[in-house]
Formats: sequence, structure tokens, C-alpha cells
Amino acid sequence: MKYLSEFRDPEIVEQYISELHKITTRPWTIMEVCGGQTHSLVKNGILNILPNEINMVHGPGCPVCVTPLNLIDKALYLAEEKGVILCSYGDMIRVPGSKRSLLEAKANGADIRIMYSPLEAVKIAQENPTREVVFFAVGFETTAPANALSVVHAQRLRLKNYSILASHVLVPPAMEAVINDKEAKIEAFLAAGHVCTIMGMSEYEPIVAKYKIPMVVTGFEPVDLLQGILMTVRQLENGEAKLENQYSRVVKYDGNPAAQKVINDVFKTEDREWRGIGTIPMSGWEVRDDLVAFDANKKFDVDIPKVPECADCIAGQVLKGIKKPFECSQFGKACTPLNPLGAPMVSSEGACAAYYHYSEAMEEVTA
Amino acid sequence: MNTSILSLSCPMPQLDFEVITMGHGSGGILTNKLLESGVFDLLKNPILDEHHDGAIFELTGKLAFSTDSYVISPVFFPGGNIGELAVNGTVNDIAMCGAIPKYLSLSFILEEGLTMKEFWEILLSIKMAANNAGIHIVTGDTKVVERGKGDKIFINTSGIGQVHPKANISIHNLKIGDKIIVSGNIATHGIAIMSVREGLDFETTIESDTTNLNHTVKALLDEFGNDIHLFRDPTRGGVATVLNEIARDTKLGIDIFQKNIPVVEEVYGACELLGLDPLYVANEGVFMAVVSAEIADDFLKKLQTFDNGQNAAIIGNVVAEHPRQVVLQSRIGGKRVINMLVGEQLPRIC
Repeated sequence: MKYLSEFRDPEIVEQYISELHKITTRPWTIMEVCGGQTHSLVKNGILNILPNEINMVHGPGCPVCVTPLNLIDKALYLAEEKGVILCSYGDMIRVPGSKRSLLEAKANGADIRIMYSPLEAVKIAQENPTREVVFFAVGFETTAPANALSVVHAQRLRLKNYSILASHVLVPPAMEAVINDKEAKIEAFLAAGHVCTIMGMSEYEPIVAKYKIPMVVTGFEPVDLLQGILMTVRQLENGEAKLENQYSRVVKYDGNPAAQKVINDVFKTEDREWRGIGTIPMSGWEVRDDLVAFDANKKFDVDIPKVPECADCIAGQVLKGIKKPFECSQFGKACTPLNPLGAPMVSSEGACAAYYHYSEAMEEVTA
Repeated sequence: MNTSILSLSCPMPQLDFEVITMGHGSGGILTNKLLESGVFDLLKNPILDEHHDGAIFELTGKLAFSTDSYVISPVFFPGGNIGELAVNGTVNDIAMCGAIPKYLSLSFILEEGLTMKEFWEILLSIKMAANNAGIHIVTGDTKVVERGKGDKIFINTSGIGQVHPKANISIHNLKIGDKIIVSGNIATHGIAIMSVREGLDFETTIESDTTNLNHTVKALLDEFGNDIHLFRDPTRGGVATVLNEIARDTKLGIDIFQKNIPVVEEVYGACELLGLDPLYVANEGVFMAVVSAEIADDFLKKLQTFDNGQNAAIIGNVVAEHPRQVVLQSRIGGKRVINMLVGEQLPRIC
């Protein structure tokens, strides 16, 4: 497949691995921010072909994992008590709320539908004028343009029955939170390629400058990841701290201005609670005040009491790269994908699920 | 012969009703009208023609028996419909036992409101699939449920077949060194269905590969007999699930090689886009075989001479290492464990 098979070429992979072995002189700890990258590292068996000195730790970039418990409870309330048609991305529906997951609510008769695109949800709102349709709009900067566009479309179509339950999170503030965490000892970052496709690279310059930390915007295929890691290790070995772009076939320095515009038209920046991590200042987007009719949070009276997280779950430490999933006492025992205690065990991008599903990688990394 | 050609020779009967109503399941006049007016004629054979409560026939030797229910949504999908799926599915399950399918039962649960036109289309494809597989439908049943209590139509088929005299299919026959073969491109059926599900519409020309595999399986058994240790059809849960079941039940390890697994490029692309792993996607017209290493190459050559085996490939081996585990060697040489699927494969956010 054009632009795909080239980035899975075993010979090129081999070259990068051998180059990494050549230049690596001491241990380095690198965080890949995005859950998609975590998944690709584990799925392709990259963790067990990297030089031992390179310790990849997995970042908070799993949208499902960081969506607050309370918001899932709100979605459940809307679907079960308010009788809305709740539309959601697929991997959100298995995440446990405080009582049950959306999947269980669906089995109990709530009208919950899996979507690939929020525009499908707008279509459903058009087709069901007597029903309220709510799209569960979670995700990083990557999904924000499509979610925002759905509001623009609904407004244009004068729909009164469409709204979004938004909980968007932003990568740069999360990176700073990880850097500032005393327990996390991250020496460099692979920045998330798809987030930068939308937002561009400029917002990372101040972080690189302030913390003197190398950062390489990286893609998701094996060759991308290894090239990104190689560029990062080169900087580390040379004592440099620069912002570089490995994923230049997709990421432009200024990102996608049209997508940024639609985001700014619909969302405003606010403090945001991250599941397992806590509140990070100015780290999320919510619907702007002038579009309140499309904000499910305001449209419906949803005041759901906050419930504490499961005490045994160390998701927060896993999300900040302080602990690896197998360092959790519950991993693979009380906590499995069938009976998850925390969100990282559910989402296909969650580090715990990635380690659980590809358990040989887990054992080799442990050893 | 495809369904549309068949429909020319078997036009829909003239009926005084256009949709199925509760009465069609009552056992009374309407039920009789429905059956007499078309179903019996269409599926005609001496055993069915008796119109008895059950089928009476003779079969000798070792027999294989299987049953399956079909609830696919949507009922009509690119490349087929629930009717042929219901015949092929049970025919293939019997073939996977190393048997030659002979007779099938056919039970409908119809939802009130199903149009006669749709029902006829499904019946025609049942007839076509039965003809292709060389089996007879010998008994059946029709029930109707209220609107909202079904999904247009559910079908159950059960089937019986005679075990091939040379066949010795059993998971206990597997041994270290055996080769694992898939008979064609995987994941095609699942992606074809997904492409027309609500909320996931995407444009594609991918069609389901549903087909009967019994003639191919018989020819392979004729030639390779008990060197074939196992046949399985990787329907729900896909190839990965079958491999895991084999590893679990034999307590042996399985190695598979990503670069050898046949997937059509379009299907592969759809899986990439949707965030699905083709190893877990459902198949219909594909079977897996575990065979002695000595015959594996000849088996593959023979299989590739059939229409439904052209893309067959040896994808892995049974090994002594990592008992009970399936390990995939990725294209780039890394390794990972292939586990049982937890729940449903769900599309990712981004």
C-alpha cells in the first residue's frame, strides 16, 4: 500500500535499529505521548528490538483513558434517564462509569450508537426530529475539528435537537504537567503526529526552550517511530534540545489553519480534569458560550455527583509514565479488559490494554 | 448461477399479500398459502415433497451433524444475503468435520412487516446455495414475531452429512511441525458487512466471499486423507480466535507470520482506517487447515486449483515453544502474542 508498506519495510527497520545501537552510549528515558504510538510500539514488537538502554515510557495520550469518570456518568444519565440518542466513538462505550459502562447501558435498552464521525450523529438528529441526539465528543486536538464541525453543521441546518457532550483535552499542558511531576523522569518526548497535523508545531517551541527537553514530532508506523526515536537519541547524545519533525509528510509547521479556525469558532479553552491525573489548568476545550444550545452540559440539567476512582487502580501513574502497567498489583489479576478497574485497560490505546493483549512483549520488557 | 438469473426462471408467485403478517405463522390458511405458493415448489425434492412433520431418509456410516442460527444485520449485504449465508454456513460447518453434507433443515423466524419481495429474494438465494452445495432442504418451520421483536428475518439451519471414509479430523491429531493453511484472503466478509452498517457507511466495492466449501474439502480429503488433521472455518472472531482455540485445546504453541497472511489490499486499507485487526474479523468463504508438514506444499498446490482456494497460503506452524500461545512475527521481525478477542472489536477514536 502506497505510503504505508514503505513505512513497514523490515530492511529500513533493521538499519535504524543498528544505527540506534551504534549511537546509544547510556540509558535514556523517552516518552511517546500518544496512545496510538504506544499501541504501534507494542503491536509491532518494537519494544523488544530496541537497544536495552532505551526506555520508552507511555504518555497520557489516550483520550478514552483521561475522560473523567463523572463525564461518563453524565453520558449514562443522558442515555438512561433523559432518553437521548447517545452517539459515541467506539472505544468510549466500554469504559466503566461509576456504576456501569455505556455498553452495559446499551444492553439494558438505552439508545447508544457507535459512530466513526460526529457528522453521522448530525444526520441522525435530522432524521429523528422528535428525539434529542447527543454526541459524546471526547478526544485530543485530533478529533476536535470534526466534533466542532458537527456543531457548525447542526447550526447551519437549524437543528434544535443536536448537542455535544464535550470533553476535549490538549497535549501541550499535559506534557508540562508530566515534566513538572517530580516522580516522572522524562528526558525527551516523541510528540503526537496527528495532534500536530491539526495544531502545527509552534506551541511546542516554548516547552522545548523552557525545559531544555528534546522533542520530535513522530508518526505511527514502525519506520516512523524508529526514525523519531533515532532523532531523539541523537539530540540526547549530543546534549541538544530542539523541536524536530520526523512526520513531515503529514505535519506542517503551521498545522491545518482551516481545522484550527473551526475549533476556535466552536470551542474555548478552560481548566480540565484528567481522569487519573487531576485538573490541569487551561488543558481542555468546551463549547463557547454563544453556542450554548449545542452544549449538552448546559442544555440538560446534568448535575451528577462525583464518585471517587477505584483505590487500587494506578492509572494516573501509568498515564504520567511513572509506572509501567505490569508494576500494578492488580494488572492481569483483578484488572483485565473484561473487568477493567481503570480506563487504560479498556481502550485499544491504553497502555495497560496494549500490554495485556500483547503479553509476550510485556514479559520481555519485564525481564 | 447468481440470484438474479435464478429469479428469471423462478418468478415470485402471485399472492394476495405483500408483507408477512402474524397470520403467516399461525399454522392456518395463511401459513399454508405461504408455503404452498412458493416455498415447497422452490425447494422441491422427494423428501420435502412428503410434507411430513419431519424428514425421513436413509444415511449410512459415520455421520456429522451441525446447527447454526443466522441473525446478520443488514439482511442484504454486498455480495449476498442471509439466505445463502444460512445454507453455506451449515454446509461448511459439516464440511469442517471432514464430512459430505447431505440434508439441511431450514427454520425461519420472520418479523411482521417483512415484504414478500424480500422474502422471495432470500428464498431464491437459499435455493441457489443449496444447488451449488449439492444438498437438499428436507424439513423446516416458519414462525412470525411481532414487529420490533426480530430484525426482519432470523434463520436457523441444521445439517447432516456423511463423514468422508478417508477423513480423520480431530484436534488431538495435531503434532509439532504441522503447517497451518488458510484457504483464501481473510477478513473480506466482515469488512463487507461493516461497510453497510449504520453509522459506519463507507464507500467500497468489497463484497462478502460467502460460498460453500464442501466440494473443495472433499477433493482435498480424497487426495490427502488423514494427513489433514484439522479443518476449521474462522467465522466469528476470525483467524486469531481459531488459532487460540487450537493452542488452548492442544496445549501446543502456534507461530504465524504476518507477511504470509493473505488480505486483499482494499480490506487491509479498510481495517487500517477503522482501527480493526484483520486477524479478528469474521470470514465466510474461508477455511483453515492444519496438515502434516510432508504434504503441506502439495496440499497448497491442490487447494490453489479451486476458485475458492486461489489465494490460499501457509501462514504458520505448530511448535513446541510457548505452549497454549499464538505468537505472530510482525512484518518488521518483532513478535507479539495474539490473544482471544475481548468482547467486540470496537472502532478507535483516532
